[in-house]
Amino acid sequence: MNSVEGLVTQIQGLSSTASDVLSLHNVLKQADDSLHAESTRLLPFLDQLDPSKHSLGYLYFLEACTAGPVTTESASSFVLIIARFISSCAAEQIRLAPDKFISVCKRLKDQVLFLEEPLRAVAPMLAAIRKLQSSTENLTTLHPEFLLLCLLAKCYKTGLSILEEDIFEVDQPRDLYLYCYYGGMICIGKKYFRKALELLHNVVTAPMSTINAIAVEAYKKYILVSLIHHGQLSTSLPKYASTVAQRNLKSFCQPYVELANSYTNGKIADLEAYVQANMEKFGSDNNLGLVKQVVSSIYKRNIQRLTQTYLTLSLQDIANTVQLNSPKEAEMHVLQMIQDGEIYATINQKDGMVRFLEDPEQYKTCEMIERVDSSIQRLMTLSKKLTVLDELMSSDPMYLGKVGRERQRFDFDDFDSVPQRFNI
Amino acid sequence: MDGEDISNPLMEMCANGIAGVDDAPSSSTSTTERKNRPIISGEQLDIEAYAGLYSGRTKIKRLIFIAHHRDNTAMQLEALRMAYDELKKGENTQLFREVVQKIDDRLGPNYSMDAAWCAMVDRKADQRKDKLESELNAYRTNLIKESIRMGYNDFGDFYYAHGALGDAFKSYVRTRDYCTTSKHIIQMCLSAILVSIEMGQFTHVTSYVSKAEQTPEALDPITSAKLRCAAGLAHLEAKKYKLAARKFLEVGPELGNSYGEVIAPQDVATYGVLCALASFDRTELKNKVIDNINFRNFLELVPEVRELINDFYSSHYASCLEYLGNLKSNLMLDIHIHDHVETLYDQIRSKALIQYTHPFVSVDMRMMADAFKTSVAGLEKELESLITDNQIQARIDSHNKILYARHADQRNATFQRVLQTGNEFDWDVRTMLLRANLLKHEYNLRASRKI
Repeated sequence: MNSVEGLVTQIQGLSSTASDVLSLHNVLKQADDSLHAESTRLLPFLDQLDPSKHSLGYLYFLEACTAGPVTTESASSFVLIIARFISSCAAEQIRLAPDKFISVCKRLKDQVLFLEEPLRAVAPMLAAIRKLQSSTENLTTLHPEFLLLCLLAKCYKTGLSILEEDIFEVDQPRDLYLYCYYGGMICIGKKYFRKALELLHNVVTAPMSTINAIAVEAYKKYILVSLIHHGQLSTSLPKYASTVAQRNLKSFCQPYVELANSYTNGKIADLEAYVQANMEKFGSDNNLGLVKQVVSSIYKRNIQRLTQTYLTLSLQDIANTVQLNSPKEAEMHVLQMIQDGEIYATINQKDGMVRFLEDPEQYKTCEMIERVDSSIQRLMTLSKKLTVLDELMSSDPMYLGKVGRERQRFDFDDFDSVPQRFNI
Repeated sequence: MDGEDISNPLMEMCANGIAGVDDAPSSSTSTTERKNRPIISGEQLDIEAYAGLYSGRTKIKRLIFIAHHRDNTAMQLEALRMAYDELKKGENTQLFREVVQKIDDRLGPNYSMDAAWCAMVDRKADQRKDKLESELNAYRTNLIKESIRMGYNDFGDFYYAHGALGDAFKSYVRTRDYCTTSKHIIQMCLSAILVSIEMGQFTHVTSYVSKAEQTPEALDPITSAKLRCAAGLAHLEAKKYKLAARKFLEVGPELGNSYGEVIAPQDVATYGVLCALASFDRTELKNKVIDNINFRNFLELVPEVRELINDFYSSHYASCLEYLGNLKSNLMLDIHIHDHVETLYDQIRSKALIQYTHPFVSVDMRMMADAFKTSVAGLEKELESLITDNQIQARIDSHNKILYARHADQRNATFQRVLQTGNEFDWDVRTMLLRANLLKHEYNLRASRKI
């Protein structure tokens, strides 16, 4: 008891300036085990600490409190406490102990899942991410947790707001895989297939030394989204994908690869038969909804191909070419596509004709010019980033050492300023 | 439109009277000049005249091929009978047995298995072979180059006559080490080419043709014509129709009937024209075929083919396609081109369609269907596939049945491409930076573990 009270007073005293906080941190680190030993009795002491001023101490106490198993009464009270803590804590202080912070947030997630109310943790988790990130380009371990909560709570829009930001720095590869996988699922839910494809592509081509289950599941969804968005699947992964992925991914996803093959053959009856035959396999992977979208997309793709060759076409002919059952169905499909903005056409119901129009975009408006301009700006910043990274890498001592050692020398003129052995 | 039954040219001939002076050259019936009569034409194939164009092994092979592919029993038996007679003059017992089996006693007792003759020929062959071998060994010990070369050559001829093509080829190739003058080399190359064509190995043909053409001495025109024919055949087999056409069109008129062991001048004309039609564009067609004086001699031998190409050039597509249809059945009986007839015909038809639509902004599909003697629905399907392959830039107005030419708007297309390239660059660089970061992280991890 005394040590705990003593800690409390220390926290209250040493939380004002940065140097004090550092010394406090050391004290807390040493006292960590004793805190964990007294975890059941720490709850009342939390009231004596102010989360915004004494964030670091509060964090340690909180982490020790929540270390035990989750029960219903403790869960609801802890959820409130943690949520309040996250919203009011000071970012610089908690960044001194990121692991503790992360484990506290994870416990929050466990508790809301236990209570089956994931929505309660969405906003706090978002705030937590903002406080933990060193910059918006940084990926923390909390990102995938947050996306998981968004998925379970079905609030995709908040998830999307995080996905808008570009990620360039990653702490743990596993975070990236999960982040991209969940992000892909959110985008699929909102039907942003292009962004979903990008995210899933990142998982599939990320450097990895062994195949992991996340990559396999991601590849299955990648195949399906690629069929919906592009109408085709490139048969091999790009060269920069890891060798393990290139060799093994396809064998794990055999039914999906065959689905892609029968899709590209273009025979709708075959495709539907194949889907029927493999229903449980797709269902066990929870991909049934996507598969159904793939089947409906084949009609769209066939109709789009027609716009390239015909100026006007009767609904009956469309129904025959695309293998639909009646002109009425063809009309429904075309109407849906016009509304979604996938084709430009007018339907003449009197003659039963569809007239295909050109894309009315003339590229002459102010908005278009702004779009091009902003694209240019964006790409220029990106290029600069690339050059900076390249320079950093070329002056990195480890890189120079490795390159210097492995260079071939043919005569004396090759001995330039790069030393052969570069001792750090 | 098969020319199975009596077709129009023949009727015209009969109606106009045999002695009448006509524009249609197919009215010449003098039997003395058999070789100049149009053999490859819309009429039913006259087997005797056709076989008369060739000599040697190819004659027999062609007759067997005709018998194999013709369903008409009378023609089958005619072809097989001629093959039998020809084989009796030669020494190839294996082919003889094959032909006898095919005849199957349908031609009477004169044309059945003559086992005695076979045995005699085989015995003589063995004797000759032993003699040749001993002679060759003698020459080899004497190390007289010229004799050794002649010895191997004789061996090659012997094997060829008996149908052992592989051994013949090997023997001819062995003479290469003993060739001293360019004439020898050319002789060797020609023999090797002949055997390779019979074997169907056209890669050898190409290599030996180039070998023969590389000799320092100038070739006499007949030899160079022969070599060009062989090269053309090799390209045809390899489905390189443009190169084949060029080779056939370069064959000089001196060829005459001198290459009857391989190809007849009528064939040169037909193959050349068909390949040219399928693969040349308009300027090349005019320069190399229509204005080609040398090639005119060949075209005279096959007047239907000549009419065909003139019609195509002057855009009379209906009659051009009609000639093609008439020729088809006879072309299917030719051993070299029967595999390629369908492809060539499809290509010629597509070219005709494309050429028809090229000068117009809008085309009435009904008139076009009349010009091509097909239905509007069928024409629409054909045009659709050509548009999808991007060979015609147009769009079909299915309601009014009009084809509208459509030229891509360059400005819009450029804008689209620019925006798309920007997006792709953006995505590529971002993912690359991400991957670089991951690799660096992994490398740091490994390095820190080592330390």
